[in-house]
Amino acid sequence: MPLLDVRNVAKNFGAIQAIVDMSFSVEPGEVVGLMGDNGAGKSTIVKLIAGNFPPSEGEITVDGEVCHFHRPIEARAKGIEVVYQDLALADNLTAAENVFLGRELRRGTWPFDQLDKQAMIDRSAELFAELKSETRPRDLVKKMSGGQRQAVAIARTRLSNAKLVLMDEPTAAISVRQVAEVLELIRRMRAQGVAVMLISHRMPDVFAVSDRIIVMRRGSKVADKHTAKTSPEEITGLITGAIRAA
Amino acid sequence: MQLDIKSAAAADAGHASIGDVAQLQEQTVWGRLIASQAFWVTIALAVLYTYMAYQEPAFRSSANLSNMTRNFAPFAIMALGMTVVIITGGIDLSIGSVVGLVVIVAGLFLTWHYPWYVAFAFGMLAGLTCGAINGYLIAYVGMSSFVVTLGMLSIARSLAVVFSGNQMLYQFGPDAPIVKAIGQAKWPLQAPAGWAPEWMPQLSSHFWAMVLMALLLGYVLNFKPIGRHLYSIGGNEQAARLTGVPVDRIKFLAFVFSSFTTSVAALLLLGYQGSAINAMGQSYELRVIAGTIIGGTVLAGGYGTAFGAVVGSALLEVIRNALLMAGVDSNWQGAFVGSFIILAVLLGMQSGGKPLIAAWIEKILPKRQR
Repeated sequence: MPLLDVRNVAKNFGAIQAIVDMSFSVEPGEVVGLMGDNGAGKSTIVKLIAGNFPPSEGEITVDGEVCHFHRPIEARAKGIEVVYQDLALADNLTAAENVFLGRELRRGTWPFDQLDKQAMIDRSAELFAELKSETRPRDLVKKMSGGQRQAVAIARTRLSNAKLVLMDEPTAAISVRQVAEVLELIRRMRAQGVAVMLISHRMPDVFAVSDRIIVMRRGSKVADKHTAKTSPEEITGLITGAIRAA
Repeated sequence: MQLDIKSAAAADAGHASIGDVAQLQEQTVWGRLIASQAFWVTIALAVLYTYMAYQEPAFRSSANLSNMTRNFAPFAIMALGMTVVIITGGIDLSIGSVVGLVVIVAGLFLTWHYPWYVAFAFGMLAGLTCGAINGYLIAYVGMSSFVVTLGMLSIARSLAVVFSGNQMLYQFGPDAPIVKAIGQAKWPLQAPAGWAPEWMPQLSSHFWAMVLMALLLGYVLNFKPIGRHLYSIGGNEQAARLTGVPVDRIKFLAFVFSSFTTSVAALLLLGYQGSAINAMGQSYELRVIAGTIIGGTVLAGGYGTAFGAVVGSALLEVIRNALLMAGVDSNWQGAFVGSFIILAVLLGMQSGGKPLIAAWIEKILPKRQR
């Protein structure tokens, strides 16, 4: 049974048809690359799965259960986490505070319960160490590099033991070494049975880690191929429309 | 250059912690102190106080201290609420008018000879209703806090005038002495009524209410999840929403809290004066916002402390009092207070990720190893 099954999903915003007809599935522990040019509908698909808004038509099932999310928090309850392109971090808080934002650890009993700051700092430090990231839990996010911010955003998804992590352009704005680190992290998530959907423009990154590549053009799926059985040239052709479908 | 090689080697080894290889240390307590505006305002307060105490014996008398602490306490109490609102990135312009409405509603119930607690409860209810309306329109309807609270400024003042029939209320019935006692209570008392020696200021109920509320708010902001959520909303509201922080509810509560602190201040002022007029609280919002900003709360949201609200309000009062003592024409007060607001915000400005003042200090005293 697939972890995520998207069946005949369409989404329109008024007269604009963002997704025409999409069907695909993701198995547990699979890394799927989602590619397409700007405006192909990649981000809309991500937002549908992440629960930002429900589809206009069709259905999305998680673990065989039909889900119509209206809020991101509902998707998270089902084990779906998103690393957003703009990373969705609060600059004025520290790394640890961002990792635990919205699900802070507490100690003591109500009404005397309070933040367990040390535990959150320790756990974040562990997560950053797992990611081999040069990120320190007490540093303000405001003062961090792109790669460090990425680590904070990724650490957040690790916290909840998500089953499916959607990553929207995770390697777009970081240094070469940190790209390698992020790719390594994706492999490690796969090894632990976490499925990853990687939305990216960077062909080499997608080919380096993905098992399967889905290509979108103008709101529709034009290809769904095993990475081993395709080539960057073919994918480029599919993205631009030089190759109609495969 | 050597550092780069070292850190690259450490990354290869995979186990060296960042603290071992990077030149930056995690923020120390001292570093955080230097970076905080409230700290510099405290120093300014201490310097100004010491200077004035040296120049003017009347300034340092315990009577004047009692006076000053009572004068600024209601403003500091309101500044606590304002701080919470501004941390979320909002503003509450309605508080001055809400003071007027609260004292008139409570005053009316007193003139109708209701017990003091009934009168206070209805006054508080009137204030909280204003806050709830503000909060609902801002958090759930999504209107701008500037517009909504500006409207409430007008509405609440108008209601106060209507309810009072444009009369001063002062015949407070049988509970008048209790109301006065609440507003004028002091502790510790000097001889002959109490044990305190003459040098010790007799601190007002206003002051103690402020201390209690500031400690409570400081605790919540630092140790409760809701405090963390407040800061996250000011930092990046969208991020807070995406991570599941109940943004709307917290913004609503922030405005209700602001009206709560305003109501508390209003009732204390009512007790102190023993009468109610509908013009009470006029333009208080400006003084409260000034105190809040001077204490280091950033108008754009995301930063602010309970301590800062108190210290900022205290500094304004000390300046005001010092000018009076120095014999400066009281018409000059506005100019001085305004200059201090601008100066405080200037000093709090960031320059390369550091407060301006910390950047200056580094220029003057460069660290040896760079």
